Amino acid sequence: MSTLEIKDLHASVTTDAGAKEILRGVDLTVRAGETHAIMGPNGSGKSTLAYAIAGHPKYEITGGEVLLDGENVLEMTVDERARAGLFLAMQYPVEVPGVSMANFLRSAATAVRGEAPKLRTWVKEVKGAMDDLEIDQAFAERSVNEGFSGGEKKRHEVLQLSLLKPKVAILDETDSGLDVDALRVVSEGVNRYKAAGDVGVLLITHYTRILKHITPDYVHVFAGGRVVESGGAELADELETNGYVKFTGAAAAAS
Amino acid sequence: MSSSETVATAAEGKYGQGGVPPSGAMERFLSYDVEAFEVPGGREENWRFTPMKRLRGLHDGTATFDGTAAIEVAAGDGSADGVTVETVGRDDARIGKGGVPADRVAAQAWSAFREATVVTLDGTPEPVTITLNGPGTGATAVAHLQIRTTPHAQATVVVEGRGSGALADNIEFVVADGSKLVVVVTEEWADDAVHVSGQHIALGRDATIVATSIAFGGDLVRVSPTVNYTAPGGSAELFGLGFADAGQHLEQRLLVDHSTPNCSSNVLYKNALQGEEGVTDAHTVWIGDVLIRAAAEQTETFEFNRNLVLTAHARADSVPNLEIETGEIAGAGHASATGRFDDEQLFYLQSRGIPEDVARRLVVRGFFGEILNRIPIVELRERLEAAVEAELAVTGV
Repeated sequence: MSTLEIKDLHASVTTDAGAKEILRGVDLTVRAGETHAIMGPNGSGKSTLAYAIAGHPKYEITGGEVLLDGENVLEMTVDERARAGLFLAMQYPVEVPGVSMANFLRSAATAVRGEAPKLRTWVKEVKGAMDDLEIDQAFAERSVNEGFSGGEKKRHEVLQLSLLKPKVAILDETDSGLDVDALRVVSEGVNRYKAAGDVGVLLITHYTRILKHITPDYVHVFAGGRVVESGGAELADELETNGYVKFTGAAAAAS
Repeated sequence: MSSSETVATAAEGKYGQGGVPPSGAMERFLSYDVEAFEVPGGREENWRFTPMKRLRGLHDGTATFDGTAAIEVAAGDGSADGVTVETVGRDDARIGKGGVPADRVAAQAWSAFREATVVTLDGTPEPVTITLNGPGTGATAVAHLQIRTTPHAQATVVVEGRGSGALADNIEFVVADGSKLVVVVTEEWADDAVHVSGQHIALGRDATIVATSIAFGGDLVRVSPTVNYTAPGGSAELFGLGFADAGQHLEQRLLVDHSTPNCSSNVLYKNALQGEEGVTDAHTVWIGDVLIRAAAEQTETFEFNRNLVLTAHARADSVPNLEIETGEIAGAGHASATGRFDDEQLFYLQSRGIPEDVARRLVVRGFFGEILNRIPIVELRERLEAAVEAELAVTGV
């Protein structure tokens, strides 16, 4: 039974004009079995939250803590965080020319599982996971994300999720740029991952449309670098109707 | 600008001796005659990156050409289906169909060669391997090789440069209408070798060349490929991979001259560098000139140079250059990037649990793999991959 605790997290990014604070005291707890949706306007810092937890070197943590089952995530390297059970599905997956998807997936699975998966079962496992996500087998021989369409990249992010089986998955705008069919396929992939294990999901999104496919237990409104309101799934409906105006005003007043 | 017109201009005066000097690649001076070129001093645009003192006199007339560079063609007895190998004199009508020298060393090689090897590929022959042998330690030589296809042929050729000494040569690739030539040229010279090579590629109507240039060995290697499109519909894909160690100078100077409509070019050259304290910098130079002349409507071109600097004491020069005389093009772009490891790639791999050292290995091998994976001959690809591993063992990546 895993728990990701984010406590009073502050993070800044270095710009030409000096350090700029983006996260301003984020408090959030994601327990196994729960799906949390973080919703917020552009520029509110929700992607920064995802990357800060994953350990992207661009962001400097200036305060607070992130604990996974009581372990201090912020003291871990990027790869240690992943091996501890964190996963970030990225909004803009990175192209790695010359490294085949097959080689990459096997290297990642070997690292996360602590031993190389047995070849026979591994091939079957990957094929099955690709079929589930309606990914052509030919992609296994292509370079990681290179020349993939937006939708193909997102499917491959969820493919990695399904193979690496993290304790907590953070999905950063996985719905952006997807057409209706791809949104369904990707959402089903996330739901399968969720149903197969005792895991937590933190879904970061700008729009409510993915929440029609993935039902959140909690919805948080993110504005001005922190959570400004939390509620159940009904909060998403309110956002759908009224937008973020009410919350962006509140965030501005508070800062 | 056809080559005959340009050669005519050569009669008016030497480059650098009065008159208006050529500006940019559009007005490049061309001649088969070495005496038509001024002796370069090293400040000229096309020589400014080259260490002239290490050229063994190939550029200034002091080289004596006391050696010979044997050209061996595997299955060269003419028995292989679709492969004809001939040794011809300077007066053979086919010589020069690939292009005209654009620098003094290429013109020197052209003026000095006595016999040329012509390899003609017809139909769909098995891959042909041609070995270009250096003249030996302390010796200097010139050579001339022409590789040509017949219309609609589909052929693969490997040209392997090996051995010691100094060699100036011209290699012509004359690709006939509707044919496709896949060529891999490797520079696998001994540490002392100097190789200055003019490559002249002439593409017929709807002809395709896929050329991969691999540069690992030698003290100084300077290769200058020029692509000329003699008719519409030509396609050139030019890939390159260089690995410069301490003290090595590897230079690649490309010119893609789009002069006819509906042709395409795609250039991707990658270099890795690793230097050493107290030794002359590892040095790579990539010049990518692309011209789109007024007549070359619907041209599609892209060129990209990427340099991976693995250590200190290394220097990568990269000069992409695109000159466009018509707005009626399908697309044109260029890019150049030089740096150490790509942090975003490392972050992505590490975010999947892959330890940093393993991620580095993957990224570096991926860097080379992007070129090596395109080489269609398995044994050659594996040999070059092993050569990369041996190079990387020096730095311990």
